[in-house]
Amino acid sequence: MLRTLLHLIAAAALAAASLAAQAGGVPKPVVKIENPGKCIAPADEMRRNHMEMLKHQRDLTLREGVRGAAAGKAASLNGCIECHASKQTGSVTGGKESFCESCHSYAAVKLDCWDCHQPKAGYKATGAKP
Amino acid sequence: MSHNKRRSFLVASAAGLGTVALGVAVAPGIRLIEVSHANPVRPAGQPASSAVRWGMLVDTTRCATGCDDCVKACAAENGINETVADKRQGAQWIRKIDIKEAKTGRQHSLPMMCQHCANPPCVDVCPTGASMKRADGIVLVDRHVCIGCRYCMMACPYKARSFVHQPLSGQNPEVPRGLGCVESCTLCVHRVDKGQQPACVESCTTAGHNALLFGDLNDPNSEISRRAAAAATSQIRADLKLNTGVRYQGI
Repeated sequence: MLRTLLHLIAAAALAAASLAAQAGGVPKPVVKIENPGKCIAPADEMRRNHMEMLKHQRDLTLREGVRGAAAGKAASLNGCIECHASKQTGSVTGGKESFCESCHSYAAVKLDCWDCHQPKAGYKATGAKP
Repeated sequence: MSHNKRRSFLVASAAGLGTVALGVAVAPGIRLIEVSHANPVRPAGQPASSAVRWGMLVDTTRCATGCDDCVKACAAENGINETVADKRQGAQWIRKIDIKEAKTGRQHSLPMMCQHCANPPCVDVCPTGASMKRADGIVLVDRHVCIGCRYCMMACPYKARSFVHQPLSGQNPEVPRGLGCVESCTLCVHRVDKGQQPACVESCTTAGHNALLFGDLNDPNSEISRRAAAAATSQIRADLKLNTGVRYQGI
């Protein structure tokens, strides 16, 4: 009896899930590219591999001191920001529509780059004696 | 030696031959090669070289009590602008300390920061490999790997490291720093890689104090090496045999 009930519940849940999928589910991310055509790689490759490119370059730069690339373009996070920062907010993060968040919130992938890195383009830092 | 390393060595040697050929005399006793060696700009794509050992010489006889130009310049350059709830949690990239010889009463004022040891204890104790020494002798924290355990803060005999206790914003784009990581003086690695001097050295020189000198300890012709060869300089806690990159004159 209990087993039949569980089967029924599972079937109902599956039906609900397929209905949601048919209705579109979560809205697809809207990616606004401020300066199209200037990227270091085609959009498809960037979407799939940007994290690997950045990870590779960050280790090279921090641990070995490599700045830029000898040939071609290096995956520089500051380079990404300068090009992709929103023209309204000057930042790549900070809202659902932001360049990074639009996809990252859709894919539920946590972003922690901006805990340490400056997300605003052309930012001039200030300081005071601690 | 891996294929890659051998290749970069050959490229570097070829580049070296090229610069030697270009060593033109710009004045009696000074050739262009020596001037460029003072702080060469590394070409894009080339890693830091172990032929260089960046260091600093602090002339305590020129360092005035109460002057904190270097501390202010460091904060401005590295975007240190947060207010901490507890003063003991403040950033310790560079600080001024006043010391007094108990017997004679002789007083000194000097800046204290990461000493960029050749054998850094912070690197020894780091459980994740975040604390690291670059090929050119600059000791850094890789915040991508730092878990904030603060073991390195315990290990450092100079109390040169600090922990970020609060979320930060307003960082210098070239100097990322944030909550949950240990940090310390980077010898302004982002400036050094561009052929500039660290911010503290530049401010000390601009203000006319000339108490700080930055340069390559491995190059016998650099000003820092010549000064270190001519005058008595010392390492703080030399007994620990850490071979510090920051040397002090006059204490």
